[in-house]
Amino acid sequence: MSVSDMFIVLQGVLTADQDIREEIRKVVQALEQTAREILTLLQGVHQGAGFQDIPKKCQKAREHFGTVRTQLESLKTKFPADQYYRFHEHWRFVLQRLVFLAAFLVYLESETLVTREAVAEILGIEADRERGFHLDIEDYLSGVLTLASELARLAVNSVTAGDYARPLRISTFINELDSGFRLLNLKNDSLRKRYDGLKYDVKKIEEVVYDLSIRGLSKEATVSAGGEK
Amino acid sequence: GSGGFRKRKHDNFPHGQRRDEKENVNPSSALMTSFKSFQLELDTRHDKYERLVKLSRDITIESKRTIFLLHRFASAPNGEEILNESEVKLDAVRRKIKQVAQELMGEDMYQFHRAISPGLQEYVEAVSFQYFIRTRSLISVEEINKQLTFAAEDREETTNTTSNSHDQEPHAWSLKVTPVDYLLGVADLTGELMRLCISSVGNGDIDTPFELSQFLRQIYDGFTFIGNTGPYEVSKKLYTLKQSLAKVENACYTLKVRGSEIPKHMLADVFSTKTELIDQEECL
Repeated sequence: MSVSDMFIVLQGVLTADQDIREEIRKVVQALEQTAREILTLLQGVHQGAGFQDIPKKCQKAREHFGTVRTQLESLKTKFPADQYYRFHEHWRFVLQRLVFLAAFLVYLESETLVTREAVAEILGIEADRERGFHLDIEDYLSGVLTLASELARLAVNSVTAGDYARPLRISTFINELDSGFRLLNLKNDSLRKRYDGLKYDVKKIEEVVYDLSIRGLSKEATVSAGGEK
Repeated sequence: GSGGFRKRKHDNFPHGQRRDEKENVNPSSALMTSFKSFQLELDTRHDKYERLVKLSRDITIESKRTIFLLHRFASAPNGEEILNESEVKLDAVRRKIKQVAQELMGEDMYQFHRAISPGLQEYVEAVSFQYFIRTRSLISVEEINKQLTFAAEDREETTNTTSNSHDQEPHAWSLKVTPVDYLLGVADLTGELMRLCISSVGNGDIDTPFELSQFLRQIYDGFTFIGNTGPYEVSKKLYTLKQSLAKVENACYTLKVRGSEIPKHMLADVFSTKTELIDQEECL
Protein backbone atom coordinates (compact mmCIF):
# COMPACT_ATOMS: atom_id res chain seq x y z
CA MET A 1 0.00 0.00 0.00
CA SER A 2 1.50 3.28 -1.05
CA VAL A 3 1.67 6.30 1.20
CA SER A 4 -0.99 8.16 -0.77
CA ASP A 5 -3.37 5.18 -0.61
CA MET A 6 -2.99 5.08 3.14
CA PHE A 7 -3.85 8.74 3.41
CA ILE A 8 -6.88 8.30 1.17
CA VAL A 9 -8.18 5.61 3.54
CA LEU A 10 -7.50 7.82 6.57
CA GLN A 11 -9.23 10.74 4.94
CA GLY A 12 -12.28 8.56 4.39
CA VAL A 13 -12.30 7.59 8.07
CA LEU A 14 -12.03 11.22 9.15
CA THR A 15 -14.81 12.34 6.83
CA ALA A 16 -17.11 9.61 8.13
CA ASP A 17 -16.28 10.81 11.63
CA GLN A 18 -17.20 14.38 10.74
CA ASP A 19 -20.52 13.25 9.30
CA ILE A 20 -21.40 11.52 12.55
CA ARG A 21 -20.51 14.65 14.51
CA GLU A 22 -22.67 16.74 12.23
CA GLU A 23 -25.65 14.44 12.80
CA ILE A 24 -25.10 14.54 16.54
CA ARG A 25 -24.92 18.32 16.54
CA LYS A 26 -28.31 18.55 14.86
CA VAL A 27 -30.02 16.39 17.48
CA VAL A 28 -28.23 18.18 20.31
CA GLN A 29 -29.49 21.51 18.99
CA ALA A 30 -33.06 20.22 19.13
CA LEU A 31 -32.44 18.95 22.66
CA GLU A 32 -31.14 22.34 23.72
CA GLN A 33 -34.30 23.92 22.37
CA THR A 34 -36.50 21.57 24.42
CA ALA A 35 -34.35 22.15 27.50
CA ARG A 36 -34.84 25.90 27.14
CA GLU A 37 -38.58 25.43 26.90
CA ILE A 38 -38.67 23.36 30.07
CA LEU A 39 -36.51 25.90 31.84
CA THR A 40 -38.82 28.75 30.85
CA LEU A 41 -41.73 26.74 32.16
CA LEU A 42 -40.11 25.99 35.51
CA GLN A 43 -38.74 29.51 35.87
CA GLY A 44 -42.36 30.52 36.46
CA VAL A 45 -42.11 29.41 40.08
CA HIS A 46 -39.89 32.35 40.93
CA GLN A 47 -42.69 34.81 40.27
CA GLY A 48 -45.02 35.65 43.11
CA ALA A 49 -48.04 33.98 41.61
CA GLY A 50 -46.02 31.00 40.46
CA PHE A 51 -45.98 29.40 43.90
CA GLN A 52 -49.62 28.53 43.72
CA ASP A 53 -49.63 26.31 40.68
CA ILE A 54 -46.36 24.46 41.06
CA PRO A 55 -48.03 21.06 40.51
CA LYS A 56 -49.52 22.30 37.25
CA LYS A 57 -46.16 23.55 36.00
CA CYS A 58 -44.55 20.26 36.94
CA GLN A 59 -47.24 18.42 35.07
CA LYS A 60 -46.52 20.43 31.94
CA ALA A 61 -42.76 19.98 32.31
CA ARG A 62 -43.20 16.24 32.56
CA GLU A 63 -45.00 16.30 29.23
CA HIS A 64 -42.04 18.11 27.69
CA PHE A 65 -39.73 15.38 28.93
CA GLY A 66 -41.58 13.09 26.55
CA THR A 67 -40.07 15.12 23.69
CA VAL A 68 -36.67 14.83 25.35
CA ARG A 69 -37.01 11.06 25.42
CA THR A 70 -37.75 10.82 21.71
CA GLN A 71 -34.90 13.19 20.91
CA LEU A 72 -32.45 11.19 23.02
CA GLU A 73 -33.77 8.07 21.36
CA SER A 74 -32.80 9.48 17.97
CA LEU A 75 -29.42 10.62 19.32
CA LYS A 76 -28.66 6.99 20.20
CA THR A 77 -29.03 5.97 16.59
CA LYS A 78 -26.49 8.51 15.33
CA PHE A 79 -23.31 6.75 16.47
CA PRO A 80 -22.07 3.26 17.35
CA ALA A 81 -23.29 2.30 20.82
CA ASP A 82 -19.83 1.42 22.14
CA GLN A 83 -18.35 4.82 21.30
CA TYR A 84 -20.26 6.91 23.82
CA TYR A 85 -17.22 8.69 25.20
CA ARG A 86 -15.82 9.42 21.80
CA PHE A 87 -18.61 11.92 21.15
CA HIS A 88 -19.43 12.67 24.77
CA GLU A 89 -18.37 16.31 24.55
CA HIS A 90 -21.15 17.08 22.11
CA TRP A 91 -24.03 16.31 24.46
CA ARG A 92 -22.32 16.70 27.80
CA PHE A 93 -23.57 20.23 28.38
CA VAL A 94 -27.16 19.62 27.36
CA LEU A 95 -27.32 16.41 29.36
CA GLN A 96 -26.16 18.23 32.50
CA ARG A 97 -28.83 20.83 31.87
CA LEU A 98 -31.49 18.14 31.48
CA VAL A 99 -30.34 16.49 34.71
CA PHE A 100 -30.74 19.83 36.44
CA LEU A 101 -34.24 20.29 35.00
CA ALA A 102 -35.30 16.80 36.01
CA ALA A 103 -33.84 17.31 39.49
CA PHE A 104 -35.59 20.66 39.84
CA LEU A 105 -38.85 19.12 38.72
CA VAL A 106 -38.56 16.28 41.21
CA TYR A 107 -37.57 18.68 43.95
CA LEU A 108 -40.62 20.87 43.33
CA GLU A 109 -42.85 17.82 43.38
CA SER A 110 -41.51 15.94 46.35
CA GLU A 111 -38.69 18.05 47.87
CA THR A 112 -36.24 15.17 47.56
CA LEU A 113 -33.07 14.71 45.56
CA VAL A 114 -33.68 12.78 42.41
CA THR A 115 -31.62 9.60 42.23
CA ARG A 116 -29.39 8.85 39.31
CA GLU A 117 -31.65 5.97 38.30
CA ALA A 118 -34.73 8.20 38.40
CA VAL A 119 -33.11 10.84 36.16
CA ALA A 120 -32.12 8.14 33.72
CA GLU A 121 -35.69 6.96 33.69
CA ILE A 122 -37.11 10.46 33.15
CA LEU A 123 -34.71 10.94 30.24
CA GLY A 124 -35.31 7.46 28.89
CA ILE A 125 -31.65 6.41 29.11
CA GLU A 126 -29.67 3.90 31.15
CA ALA A 127 -28.08 4.44 34.55
CA ASP A 128 -24.97 2.37 33.98
CA ARG A 129 -22.63 2.05 31.07
CA GLU A 130 -23.05 -1.64 30.33
CA ARG A 131 -26.57 -1.28 29.06
CA GLY A 132 -26.20 1.39 26.40
CA PHE A 133 -26.55 5.16 26.24
CA HIS A 134 -26.13 6.14 29.85
CA LEU A 135 -25.89 9.03 32.24
CA ASP A 136 -22.30 9.66 33.28
CA ILE A 137 -21.90 10.14 37.01
CA GLU A 138 -20.05 13.43 36.64
CA ASP A 139 -22.82 14.83 34.47
CA TYR A 140 -25.36 13.80 37.08
CA LEU A 141 -23.40 15.51 39.86
CA SER A 142 -22.96 18.66 37.76
CA GLY A 143 -26.69 18.82 37.18
CA VAL A 144 -27.31 18.46 40.90
CA LEU A 145 -24.93 21.35 41.63
CA THR A 146 -26.89 23.56 39.24
CA LEU A 147 -29.98 22.64 41.21
CA ALA A 148 -28.31 23.98 44.36
CA SER A 149 -27.86 27.46 42.92
CA GLU A 150 -31.40 27.45 41.57
CA LEU A 151 -32.69 26.58 45.03
CA ALA A 152 -30.70 29.41 46.59
CA ARG A 153 -32.55 31.72 44.24
CA LEU A 154 -35.84 30.04 45.02
CA ALA A 155 -35.28 30.58 48.75
CA VAL A 156 -34.91 34.32 48.23
CA ASN A 157 -37.93 34.57 45.97
CA SER A 158 -40.17 32.47 48.16
CA VAL A 159 -39.57 34.93 51.02
CA THR A 160 -40.59 37.76 48.70
CA ALA A 161 -43.72 35.83 47.83
CA GLY A 162 -44.51 35.43 51.52
CA ASP A 163 -43.71 31.73 51.78
CA TYR A 164 -41.54 31.69 54.90
CA ALA A 165 -41.49 27.95 55.43
CA ARG A 166 -39.84 26.99 52.15
CA PRO A 167 -36.39 28.49 52.84
CA LEU A 168 -36.12 26.37 55.98
CA ARG A 169 -36.88 23.22 54.06
CA ILE A 170 -34.47 24.24 51.31
CA SER A 171 -31.81 24.87 53.94
CA THR A 172 -32.14 21.35 55.33
CA PHE A 173 -32.00 19.92 51.85
CA ILE A 174 -28.94 21.91 50.78
CA ASN A 175 -27.11 21.04 53.97
CA GLU A 176 -27.61 17.37 53.33
CA LEU A 177 -26.46 17.84 49.75
CA ASP A 178 -23.37 19.67 50.97
CA SER A 179 -22.54 16.82 53.35
CA GLY A 180 -22.99 14.41 50.49
CA PHE A 181 -20.60 16.28 48.23
CA ARG A 182 -18.06 16.52 51.00
CA LEU A 183 -17.77 12.74 50.88
CA LEU A 184 -16.41 12.91 47.35
CA ASN A 185 -12.73 13.17 46.50
CA LEU A 186 -12.96 15.39 43.48
CA LYS A 187 -10.18 15.83 41.02
CA ASN A 188 -9.12 19.26 39.86
CA ASP A 189 -11.56 19.38 36.97
CA SER A 190 -14.73 21.16 35.93
CA LEU A 191 -16.81 19.29 38.49
CA ARG A 192 -14.52 20.51 41.28
CA LYS A 193 -14.95 24.06 40.05
CA ARG A 194 -18.71 23.72 40.11
CA TYR A 195 -18.54 22.16 43.56
CA ASP A 196 -16.53 25.12 44.83
CA GLY A 197 -19.58 27.25 44.08
CA LEU A 198 -21.81 25.17 46.33
CA LYS A 199 -20.61 26.87 49.50
CA TYR A 200 -21.85 30.22 48.24
CA ASP A 201 -25.30 28.75 47.67
CA VAL A 202 -25.23 27.28 51.17
CA LYS A 203 -24.17 30.65 52.54
CA LYS A 204 -26.92 32.48 50.67
CA ILE A 205 -29.60 30.18 52.02
CA GLU A 206 -28.21 30.45 55.55
CA GLU A 207 -28.48 34.20 55.30
CA VAL A 208 -32.10 33.94 54.26
CA VAL A 209 -32.84 31.62 57.19
CA TYR A 210 -31.01 34.04 59.50
CA ASP A 211 -33.04 36.99 58.28
CA LEU A 212 -36.23 35.07 58.85
CA SER A 213 -35.33 33.87 62.32
CA ILE A 214 -34.20 37.22 63.77
CA ARG A 215 -37.55 38.64 62.74
CA GLY A 216 -39.44 35.76 64.22
CA LEU A 217 -40.77 34.87 60.81
CA SER A 218 -39.41 31.34 60.89
CA LYS A 219 -41.43 30.48 64.03
CA GLU A 220 -44.51 31.85 62.41
CA ALA A 221 -43.76 29.70 59.39
CA THR A 222 -43.36 26.50 61.41
CA VAL A 223 -46.55 27.18 63.30
CA SER A 224 -48.55 27.86 60.18
CA ALA A 225 -46.98 24.90 58.41
CA GLY A 226 -47.87 22.73 61.40
CA GLY A 227 -51.38 24.12 61.28
CA GLU A 228 -51.74 23.20 57.65
CA LYS A 229 -50.83 19.64 58.30
CA GLY B 1 -5.12 18.94 45.32
CA SER B 2 -8.55 18.29 46.68
CA GLY B 3 -7.30 17.01 50.01
CA GLY B 4 -5.62 20.30 50.79
CA PHE B 5 -8.67 22.18 49.74
CA ARG B 6 -10.92 20.19 52.00
CA LYS B 7 -8.72 20.77 54.96
CA ARG B 8 -8.56 24.49 54.27
CA LYS B 9 -12.29 24.65 53.98
CA HIS B 10 -12.70 23.14 57.42
CA ASP B 11 -10.24 25.63 58.86
CA ASN B 12 -12.01 28.59 57.32
CA PHE B 13 -15.48 27.49 58.19
CA PRO B 14 -15.33 25.86 61.59
CA HIS B 15 -19.06 26.38 61.91
CA GLY B 16 -19.47 23.78 59.20
CA GLN B 17 -19.08 21.01 61.73
CA ARG B 18 -21.39 22.68 64.17
CA ARG B 19 -23.95 22.99 61.46
CA ASP B 20 -23.76 19.29 60.80
CA GLU B 21 -24.49 18.58 64.42
CA LYS B 22 -27.25 21.11 64.55
CA GLU B 23 -28.99 19.99 61.40
CA ASN B 24 -30.03 16.44 61.50
CA VAL B 25 -28.01 15.17 58.55
CA ASN B 26 -28.50 11.50 58.96
CA PRO B 27 -25.33 9.66 57.86
CA SER B 28 -27.39 6.70 56.72
CA SER B 29 -30.05 8.59 54.79
CA ALA B 30 -30.79 7.62 51.22
CA LEU B 31 -28.91 10.64 49.93
CA MET B 32 -25.81 9.95 51.97
CA THR B 33 -25.81 6.29 50.99
CA SER B 34 -25.94 7.13 47.32
CA PHE B 35 -23.16 9.70 47.69
CA LYS B 36 -21.03 7.07 49.39
CA SER B 37 -21.46 4.88 46.32
CA PHE B 38 -20.61 7.88 44.11
CA GLN B 39 -17.42 8.33 46.10
CA LEU B 40 -16.46 4.75 45.42
CA GLU B 41 -17.28 5.02 41.74
CA LEU B 42 -15.36 8.26 41.23
CA ASP B 43 -12.34 7.02 43.19
CA THR B 44 -12.20 3.83 41.13
CA ARG B 45 -12.36 5.84 37.93
CA HIS B 46 -9.67 8.32 39.02
CA ASP B 47 -7.37 5.52 40.16
CA LYS B 48 -7.64 3.79 36.82
CA TYR B 49 -6.96 7.07 35.05
CA GLU B 50 -3.83 7.67 37.12
CA ARG B 51 -2.54 4.17 36.46
CA LEU B 52 -3.04 4.73 32.74
CA VAL B 53 -1.24 8.09 32.85
CA LYS B 54 1.71 6.41 34.49
CA LEU B 55 1.78 3.65 31.89
CA SER B 56 1.53 6.25 29.14
CA ARG B 57 4.51 8.13 30.53
CA ASP B 58 6.56 4.95 30.70
CA ILE B 59 5.62 4.18 27.10
CA THR B 60 6.65 7.69 26.05
CA ILE B 61 10.04 7.49 27.75
CA GLU B 62 10.88 4.06 26.38
CA SER B 63 9.78 5.03 22.87
CA LYS B 64 11.91 8.18 22.98
CA ARG B 65 14.92 6.10 23.99
CA THR B 66 14.27 3.74 21.12
CA ILE B 67 14.26 6.69 18.73
CA PHE B 68 17.57 7.97 20.11
CA LEU B 69 19.00 4.51 19.68
CA LEU B 70 17.82 4.35 16.08
CA HIS B 71 19.47 7.67 15.33
CA ARG B 72 22.77 6.03 16.06
CA PHE B 73 22.02 3.49 13.35
CA ALA B 74 23.27 5.55 10.42
CA SER B 75 26.70 6.21 11.88
CA ALA B 76 27.23 2.85 13.53
CA PRO B 77 29.05 0.09 11.72
CA ASN B 78 27.00 -2.59 13.53
CA GLY B 79 23.63 -1.64 12.08
CA GLU B 80 21.97 -4.99 12.48
CA GLU B 81 22.82 -5.06 16.17
CA ILE B 82 21.16 -1.70 16.76
CA LEU B 83 18.04 -2.78 14.93
CA ASN B 84 17.82 -5.89 17.08
CA GLU B 85 18.32 -3.86 20.21
CA SER B 86 15.54 -1.50 19.16
CA GLU B 87 13.29 -4.48 18.58
CA VAL B 88 13.92 -5.63 22.15
CA LYS B 89 13.11 -2.16 23.43
CA LEU B 90 9.90 -1.99 21.41
CA ASP B 91 8.88 -5.37 22.78
CA ALA B 92 9.22 -3.92 26.26
CA VAL B 93 7.03 -1.01 25.19
CA ARG B 94 4.47 -3.43 23.83
CA ARG B 95 4.37 -5.22 27.17
CA LYS B 96 3.40 -1.89 28.73
CA ILE B 97 0.75 -1.42 26.08
CA LYS B 98 -0.56 -4.84 26.94
CA GLN B 99 -1.04 -3.62 30.52
CA VAL B 100 -2.95 -0.65 29.13
CA ALA B 101 -5.13 -3.02 27.12
CA GLN B 102 -5.78 -5.05 30.25
CA GLU B 103 -6.77 -1.94 32.18
CA LEU B 104 -9.14 -0.97 29.41
CA MET B 105 -10.79 -4.36 29.07
CA GLY B 106 -14.54 -3.92 29.31
CA GLU B 107 -14.19 -0.13 29.37
CA ASP B 108 -14.96 2.45 26.76
CA MET B 109 -11.49 3.21 25.41
CA TYR B 110 -12.35 6.82 24.64
CA GLN B 111 -13.25 7.52 28.23
CA PHE B 112 -9.56 7.20 29.12
CA HIS B 113 -8.17 8.20 25.78
CA ARG B 114 -6.66 11.44 27.04
CA ALA B 115 -4.57 9.48 29.53
CA ILE B 116 -2.93 7.19 27.01
CA SER B 117 -2.92 9.22 23.80
CA PRO B 118 0.56 10.81 24.26
CA GLY B 119 2.15 7.43 24.90
CA LEU B 120 0.51 5.86 21.90
CA GLN B 121 1.62 8.70 19.62
CA GLU B 122 5.18 8.33 20.77
CA TYR B 123 4.98 4.58 20.21
CA VAL B 124 3.68 5.13 16.67
CA GLU B 125 6.61 7.45 16.08
CA ALA B 126 9.16 4.92 17.33
CA VAL B 127 7.71 1.92 15.57
CA SER B 128 7.26 3.73 12.25
CA PHE B 129 10.81 5.09 12.46
CA GLN B 130 12.17 1.61 12.90
CA TYR B 131 9.95 0.35 10.11
CA PHE B 132 11.21 3.08 7.83
CA ILE B 133 14.86 2.29 8.52
CA ARG B 134 14.17 -1.35 7.75
CA THR B 135 11.96 -1.10 4.71
CA ARG B 136 12.13 2.54 3.53
CA SER B 137 8.33 2.74 3.58
CA LEU B 138 5.52 3.88 5.83
CA ILE B 139 3.96 1.46 8.27
CA SER B 140 0.16 1.27 8.08
CA VAL B 141 -2.31 1.56 10.97
CA GLU B 142 -3.36 -2.02 10.43
CA GLU B 143 0.24 -3.20 10.73
CA ILE B 144 0.66 -1.32 14.02
CA ASN B 145 -2.60 -2.63 15.43
CA LYS B 146 -1.70 -6.16 14.44
CA GLN B 147 1.35 -5.96 16.68
CA LEU B 148 -0.84 -4.75 19.53
CA THR B 149 -2.90 -7.92 19.81
CA PHE B 150 -1.75 -9.90 22.78
CA ALA B 151 -2.49 -13.47 23.64
CA ALA B 152 -2.75 -14.40 27.27
CA GLU B 153 0.50 -15.93 28.46
CA ASP B 154 -0.66 -17.42 31.70
CA ARG B 155 -3.90 -18.95 30.63
CA GLU B 156 -4.73 -20.56 33.95
CA GLU B 157 -4.46 -17.41 35.95
CA THR B 158 -6.79 -15.56 33.66
CA THR B 159 -9.40 -18.27 33.69
CA ASN B 160 -9.42 -18.02 37.45
CA THR B 161 -9.74 -14.29 37.65
CA THR B 162 -12.23 -13.82 34.88
CA SER B 163 -14.02 -17.12 35.34
CA ASN B 164 -17.45 -15.52 35.28
CA SER B 165 -16.97 -13.64 32.04
CA HIS B 166 -14.55 -15.86 30.16
CA ASP B 167 -17.25 -17.39 28.03
CA GLN B 168 -17.61 -14.35 25.86
CA GLU B 169 -14.10 -12.93 26.38
CA PRO B 170 -11.41 -14.51 24.26
CA HIS B 171 -8.05 -14.92 25.96
CA ALA B 172 -6.54 -12.02 24.19
CA TRP B 173 -6.28 -8.31 24.59
CA SER B 174 -5.92 -5.85 21.86
CA LEU B 175 -5.55 -2.14 21.65
CA LYS B 176 -6.35 -0.11 18.62
CA VAL B 177 -4.40 2.98 17.77
CA THR B 178 -6.95 5.52 16.57
CA PRO B 179 -6.47 7.10 13.14
CA VAL B 180 -5.84 10.47 14.76
CA ASP B 181 -3.16 9.10 17.10
CA TYR B 182 -1.58 7.44 14.09
CA LEU B 183 -1.56 10.66 12.08
CA LEU B 184 -0.05 12.63 14.93
CA GLY B 185 2.59 9.97 15.42
CA VAL B 186 3.46 10.01 11.74
CA ALA B 187 3.69 13.80 11.81
CA ASP B 188 6.24 13.47 14.62
CA LEU B 189 8.08 10.86 12.59
CA THR B 190 8.81 13.43 9.90
CA GLY B 191 10.75 15.48 12.45
CA GLU B 192 12.90 12.45 13.19
CA LEU B 193 13.43 11.84 9.48
CA MET B 194 14.58 15.40 9.04
CA ARG B 195 17.14 14.89 11.80
CA LEU B 196 18.22 11.65 10.17
CA CYS B 197 18.66 13.45 6.87
CA ILE B 198 20.87 16.19 8.25
CA SER B 199 23.01 13.81 10.28
CA SER B 200 23.43 11.43 7.36
CA VAL B 201 24.83 14.31 5.32
CA GLY B 202 27.26 14.86 8.15
CA ASN B 203 28.34 11.27 7.73
CA GLY B 204 29.03 11.81 4.05
CA ASP B 205 26.00 9.84 2.97
CA ILE B 206 24.80 11.41 -0.28
CA ASP B 207 21.92 9.08 -1.21
CA THR B 208 19.83 9.05 1.96
CA PRO B 209 18.84 12.74 1.84
CA PHE B 210 17.31 12.31 -1.60
CA GLU B 211 15.43 9.21 -0.53
CA LEU B 212 14.19 11.03 2.55
CA SER B 213 13.04 14.09 0.68
CA GLN B 214 11.09 11.82 -1.65
CA PHE B 215 9.45 10.07 1.28
CA LEU B 216 8.74 13.25 3.22
CA ARG B 217 7.14 14.80 0.17
CA GLN B 218 4.77 11.85 -0.07
CA ILE B 219 3.78 12.23 3.55
CA TYR B 220 3.38 15.96 3.16
CA ASP B 221 1.12 15.42 0.15
CA GLY B 222 -0.90 12.99 2.25
CA PHE B 223 -1.33 15.52 5.03
CA THR B 224 -2.35 18.28 2.64
CA PHE B 225 -4.88 15.86 1.17
CA ILE B 226 -6.41 15.48 4.62
CA GLY B 227 -6.15 19.21 5.21
CA ASN B 228 -8.66 20.43 7.74
CA THR B 229 -10.84 17.32 7.65
CA GLY B 230 -8.97 16.08 10.66
CA PRO B 231 -9.01 17.52 14.14
CA TYR B 232 -7.25 20.70 15.13
CA GLU B 233 -4.05 18.99 16.36
CA VAL B 234 -3.44 17.51 12.94
CA SER B 235 -3.58 20.84 11.14
CA LYS B 236 -1.28 22.29 13.80
CA LYS B 237 1.35 19.67 13.04
CA LEU B 238 1.12 20.44 9.36
CA TYR B 239 3.03 23.66 9.93
CA THR B 240 5.99 21.91 11.57
CA LEU B 241 5.88 19.28 8.88
CA LYS B 242 6.24 21.95 6.25
CA GLN B 243 9.35 23.29 7.97
CA SER B 244 10.91 19.83 8.24
CA LEU B 245 10.27 19.27 4.56
CA ALA B 246 11.82 22.63 3.68
CA LYS B 247 14.98 21.77 5.59
CA VAL B 248 15.33 18.44 3.83
CA GLU B 249 14.65 19.97 0.43
CA ASN B 250 17.20 22.69 1.07
CA ALA B 251 19.71 20.05 2.08
CA CYS B 252 19.15 18.20 -1.19
CA TYR B 253 19.43 21.45 -3.12
CA THR B 254 22.76 22.27 -1.53
CA LEU B 255 23.99 18.77 -2.18
CA LYS B 256 23.11 19.05 -5.84
CA VAL B 257 24.56 22.52 -6.34
CA ARG B 258 27.70 22.27 -4.31
CA GLY B 259 28.14 18.54 -3.97
CA SER B 260 30.19 18.44 -7.13
CA GLU B 261 32.62 21.12 -6.02
CA ILE B 262 33.07 20.51 -2.29
CA PRO B 263 34.95 17.47 -1.07
CA LYS B 264 32.66 15.10 0.83
CA HIS B 265 34.34 15.51 4.17
CA MET B 266 33.63 19.23 4.17
CA LEU B 267 29.91 18.91 3.53
CA ALA B 268 29.28 18.62 7.23
CA ASP B 269 30.51 22.20 7.72
CA VAL B 270 28.23 23.52 5.00
CA PHE B 271 25.23 21.96 6.68
CA SER B 272 26.00 22.98 10.20
CA THR B 273 25.80 26.64 9.17
CA LYS B 274 22.82 26.00 6.93
CA THR B 275 20.72 24.37 9.64
CA GLU B 276 21.56 27.09 12.15
CA LEU B 277 20.19 29.61 9.73
CA ILE B 278 16.92 27.74 9.42
CA ASP B 279 16.65 27.35 13.17
CA GLN B 280 16.97 31.06 13.61
CA GLU B 281 14.20 31.68 11.15
CA GLU B 282 12.04 29.30 13.05
CA CYS B 283 12.45 31.28 16.24
CA LEU B 284 10.98 34.29 14.57
